[in-house]
Amino acid sequence: MVLIDKTARRHRWDTRFAPYGYVAPYFLIFGVFGLFPLLYTVWVSLQDRNLLESDAASLVWFDNYAKLMADPYFWNAMGNTLSLWLLTTVPQILFALFIAQLLNRKVRTRTLFRMGVILPNITSVAAVTIIFAQLFGRDFGLINWVLDLFGAGNIDWQAGTATSHIAIAVMVVWRWTGYHALIFLASMQAIPSTLYEAATLDGANGRQQFWRITVPLLRPQIIFSTIIATTGNMRLLAEPLLFNPGAAAATGGSDRQFQTAALYLYEQGFTNYDFGYSSAIAVVLAIATVIVAGLGYLVTKRIRTE
Amino acid sequence: MTAVLERPAPVRPAGPSTRARRLARRVAGPWTYAALIAILAGSAFPVYWSFVVSSQTPDAIDSVPPVLVPGGHLFENIARVFDTTDFALALMNSIVVAGTVTVSVVLFSTLAGFAFAKLKFRGRNVLLLLIIGTQAIPTELGIIPLYMMMSEFGWAGEIHAVIVPGLVTAFGVFFMRQYFERAIPDELLEAGRMDGCHSLRLFWHVALPAARPAAAVLGLFTFMQAWNDFFWPLVVLVPENPTVQTALSTLASGYTTDYTLVLTAATIGTVPVLAVFLLFGRQIVGGIMSGAVKG
Repeated sequence: MVLIDKTARRHRWDTRFAPYGYVAPYFLIFGVFGLFPLLYTVWVSLQDRNLLESDAASLVWFDNYAKLMADPYFWNAMGNTLSLWLLTTVPQILFALFIAQLLNRKVRTRTLFRMGVILPNITSVAAVTIIFAQLFGRDFGLINWVLDLFGAGNIDWQAGTATSHIAIAVMVVWRWTGYHALIFLASMQAIPSTLYEAATLDGANGRQQFWRITVPLLRPQIIFSTIIATTGNMRLLAEPLLFNPGAAAATGGSDRQFQTAALYLYEQGFTNYDFGYSSAIAVVLAIATVIVAGLGYLVTKRIRTE
Repeated sequence: MTAVLERPAPVRPAGPSTRARRLARRVAGPWTYAALIAILAGSAFPVYWSFVVSSQTPDAIDSVPPVLVPGGHLFENIARVFDTTDFALALMNSIVVAGTVTVSVVLFSTLAGFAFAKLKFRGRNVLLLLIIGTQAIPTELGIIPLYMMMSEFGWAGEIHAVIVPGLVTAFGVFFMRQYFERAIPDELLEAGRMDGCHSLRLFWHVALPAARPAAAVLGLFTFMQAWNDFFWPLVVLVPENPTVQTALSTLASGYTTDYTLVLTAATIGTVPVLAVFLLFGRQIVGGIMSGAVKG
């Protein structure tokens, strides 16, 4: 009798409380090292807190934000961020659709091609940026050498705003297009062929079928990819940091022509050690990312479903 | 540090069988192959070129026309990397970080994923929503307070400052939960319970063996991501105690103008993920296509 009682009690304890024990490690670690810092950022952003100044942190409310709104370097960085967002996100999605369409055909050695498109995604952003920075070199870069064959002059990629943005966008698009292509491919394979057969009977050509059947049916994945790509592309840091090898790398070029908001956050936080100001940039960047992702959602949502 | 959203399931309208679909799918023509081969070449080229430079003498990087075939100086350059920098320490640190993070993420994600998918407890749905919600937030935005915490703990500059925040990921929990939902029938667990199995034993003897394929995919992604992680290690580590990625950053940022040396280091640092990729490429492709999102 005592034994049964004990087993029953243990069973009740097990079903009631044990599950909390299983999820506890996640919530403990994430709570302390993920969620808490995130929320605390808002608090730090309201403080005057600089590691290089001897006086203790003091609450200044919205002073950092007021300073930020009047800071030309910040607006420059936001402009660069938006420009890079556009130059990376749109080509990523379009190329990914195109590549997925190719991979969706009956291809021999399909695993090889699928691995091929995803290869850039598994390489490290630091290594890749260092490699691309050399490929985009002014005097001996391979890309200029190829362009020279076609008669284009030697481009100083890092010097100009547009050229540096294009070069950085190439790195990002190169790294992420294959990933989105595989997501699209998974969905394309689930589209029943009867839809295409009927369209062929109606006289629709390949391109019409792609835009009127494939793309509308892929709408959920396109929305998803746009949002994922946006949250990634709004906080580019490694590419602009390592594109310009040199001591003053955190400025993103001599005229800050490719300094992103994330890089400016890094410069203020870990070159100037102005933690309050840097946190304010983090908060504004988070809000901007939500707005831009929302914009991306509204645009992709309009893809017509028949 | 991942930012992941719940991905919509692929469109699956009722339709003909896979086989009929395959038959009707367009067969690739020569142009398709040409385009795919061009894409393959473009994907592989930067890494290949880095390898070529690593195997040449230092003047090859500046030569016109560019050198595009490997030479015989690879080991010489590798030796130079290890002589001029403490790249051995960087590799060691990266192995410890990526290894620990991978084991921990797989273990804790499997445990929590099992609880969320197969055990009933109060607040389960709210907690799950919390996990899904936090996936969308880039945790990098909390980097300043995280750095302040690490300084406070005296961990700044040490590799556990990189390891500890990476021990769990929201994505891992969510991914394993999705897998358990499909992979283990409730009846199996009920039967185990009838036999008086404690839930931890159910986890160990029933759930864990069944979860092996998903756990492997999660492990692959976690390892590659931890190996490649850049921003947080850059912030919290010091050049004297780097991971591979921060060592590359230091090398490239004016430490040397010998770019053959830098690219050789980049090549060495890419080899481990490349090896994982070549061995398990099929699983990685399958993982992404079935929803193993990394971001």
